[in-house]
Amino acid sequence: MNTLKKVSSNPHIRGKVTTNHLMLAVIIALLPACGFGIYNFGLGALWVILITVASTVLTELLYEIILKKPITIGDFSAVVTGILLALNLPVSVPWWICVIGGVFAILVVKMLFGGLGQNFMNPALAARCFLLISFTSIMTNFECDAYTGPTPLALLKQGEVTNVYDMVIGRCNGTIGETSMIAIVIGACFLLLLGVIDLRVPGTYLLSFVIFVGLWGPAGFDLQYISAQLAGGGLMLGAFFMATDYVTRPVTVKGQYVYGIFLGLLTFLFRIFGSSAEGVSYAIILGNLLVPLIEKYTRPMAFGKRRGM
Amino acid sequence: MEQKMTRTTFVGGIHPYEGKELSKDKPILDILPGSDLVYPLSQHIGAPAVPIVKKGDRVLVGQKIAEAGGFVSACICSSVAGTVKAIEPRRVVTGDMVMSIIIENDNTYEEVEYPAVRPLEEMTKEEIISCVQEAGVVGMGGAGFPTHVKLSVKKPEKIDYVIVNCAECEPYLTSDYRRMIEEGDKILEGLKVALALFPNAKGVLAIEDNKPDCIELFKEKTVDESRILVRKLKTKYPQGAERSLIYAVTKRKLDSSRLPADVGCVVNNADTIVAIGQAVLHRKPLMERIVTITGDAIKEPRNFRVKIGTNYHELIEAAGGFKTEPEKIISGGPMMGFGVFELDLPTTKTASALVCLTKDEVSLLEPTACINCGRCLEVCPARLMPNKLSDFSAKHKEEEFIKYYGMECVECGCCSYVCPAKRYLAQNIKSMRKTVLSKRKK
Ligand code: SF4
Ligand code: SF4
Repeated sequence: MNTLKKVSSNPHIRGKVTTNHLMLAVIIALLPACGFGIYNFGLGALWVILITVASTVLTELLYEIILKKPITIGDFSAVVTGILLALNLPVSVPWWICVIGGVFAILVVKMLFGGLGQNFMNPALAARCFLLISFTSIMTNFECDAYTGPTPLALLKQGEVTNVYDMVIGRCNGTIGETSMIAIVIGACFLLLLGVIDLRVPGTYLLSFVIFVGLWGPAGFDLQYISAQLAGGGLMLGAFFMATDYVTRPVTVKGQYVYGIFLGLLTFLFRIFGSSAEGVSYAIILGNLLVPLIEKYTRPMAFGKRRGM
Repeated sequence: MEQKMTRTTFVGGIHPYEGKELSKDKPILDILPGSDLVYPLSQHIGAPAVPIVKKGDRVLVGQKIAEAGGFVSACICSSVAGTVKAIEPRRVVTGDMVMSIIIENDNTYEEVEYPAVRPLEEMTKEEIISCVQEAGVVGMGGAGFPTHVKLSVKKPEKIDYVIVNCAECEPYLTSDYRRMIEEGDKILEGLKVALALFPNAKGVLAIEDNKPDCIELFKEKTVDESRILVRKLKTKYPQGAERSLIYAVTKRKLDSSRLPADVGCVVNNADTIVAIGQAVLHRKPLMERIVTITGDAIKEPRNFRVKIGTNYHELIEAAGGFKTEPEKIISGGPMMGFGVFELDLPTTKTASALVCLTKDEVSLLEPTACINCGRCLEVCPARLMPNKLSDFSAKHKEEEFIKYYGMECVECGCCSYVCPAKRYLAQNIKSMRKTVLSKRKK
């Protein structure tokens, strides 16, 4: 009978936004940071980005081909992971570091846990931490054509004065994507406007970090010092692009605030009392591990339910 | 009544494509049915009705053909005059076969003599409710809950709001809109009947702000009514869901364990309130309703006054037939309606619309992995975690499902609508709810 229609359970219409759209938006939002990285550190930065992205995407593709699983590289999440990892590398890294990082991020952190949505740590950050631990000297070698000195955050830790203006613009040393606060914030605003991310996690993260540093940091609420702490290192990139990673942040609203405060606290502890100047990556990774617990205790109350019923 | 106009709403919800412009400006057209009318004995929540006619009997318009099967049940009255052709199972929109009375229309439309009308002021509450019961009135917004049960609250003096649900938040539907524009007085009539039952209540007409003309119209009509107010609601789906609506109007919250009456509210949709008025003031049983025939596959989308029992084929024909072959036909709205696979189905008391779409966008979408984006939580009017609930359903974890308040789901479909991974959230949750509910019955 040609009049047979397709049936399915309601709802019979769907919104237009798909996973791909969201990932594409994140990629677009990362372009200013990529662009500035290439401008700041030269073409070497472009190579790092390209090689890292190629290795994340190819790892996912090969894994799925070998295990005869549905191919998922079309959702662009591997591209996002690749770019984020590259932005967290110094420009001086050799190509094989990019490849090892990309393979580790996708294979170990993402695919072995069941693919997109199943990983409990942010793949890019986990890979960065893995590289930092395994290849410490390479990963902390910030010597490059453009700059020779240490990163501003390292200077800050030694008690030296830094040029906050340069740090906001990004004319300073660091990993490829972290130096320019402006480029990162432009991308973040784009995501905020599109509603891809919201301010719950980054807002609480940055705010609580400022409060902790102000209360118990070496310089109190010194504007110069706090601005340098905010603009320096991976904080902006971490707060807006990695702490907001859907998969590895709590899904409950209350949980997101708790998570934000927790990240602020950890970052403060690592940066002020840790041996290295940087602490964002470790803070977020540790935060990731606590997400299931946070979610469990911040389960929302159903509408109209009264406590204890 | 003098009133300020602030816009009220609930937390959560979505803004789907409205599609109302297709049929919004088309006046209600009366259509007469063809030869066979089908009356399923179960077109309401509760016990099926019991036939009181047999094959070969002649029946008149308005004659009761099936008696309510209990208190929570509703009787059924014939909408045509003719002969009972058969009493046999027929298919309904849900796909199930339901015992139905089939009447062959003789096109005379000879009516029964309705009982004498008595002035409302002289009627007792019991009389009013029994009129509603005898008319077979049920919630016509889709749920089909017998209206006399809803009106029989234990402490009528505790009710302070009688809410008329004129939100019509489902996309494409315009039957309530036309009702308000063309027959606003009938709505007010019905509301006054309902108010007669609840001495301390105010009547509230709750209308979404995408219908400013209706809001204005009713404000004008009710300036001198001290007990009736008009409330402007934000246009958002599911503004018309009972619990969301009560919250938007009164800021009172309730969960599934309580009834609207527990927070002092009685809610009826626009069509139902008209049926109440007809039943009490004119003693006319529920025999017709307004149905929107629309969608991009329909030649001339419009609103019809349809005799209950009319075949869907006839409605499509009345709307000029199909412009293009539809891939998807939905009985009801696209968010909560039923997808039907054939048109040989009767119009029931709860059938608000037929939406015929040329493309079935949903069947093209492949669900992918959940990315934990949180959108489903944000839109859920019941403030649930649809991602988790759907997971529990798929893994048959009943205990967790209940612990995460799965039974509070109102099946609005917002979560599925918004999910970027196109997961079948509402669908999974719905099936688990069914399992749990059927176990509870045992
Ligand atoms: S879980 Fe239920 S109530 Fe919540 S959005 Fe989904 S269908 Fe609606
Ligand atoms: S909307 Fe879909 S992808 Fe997002 S959290 Fe809910 S189930 Fe997961």
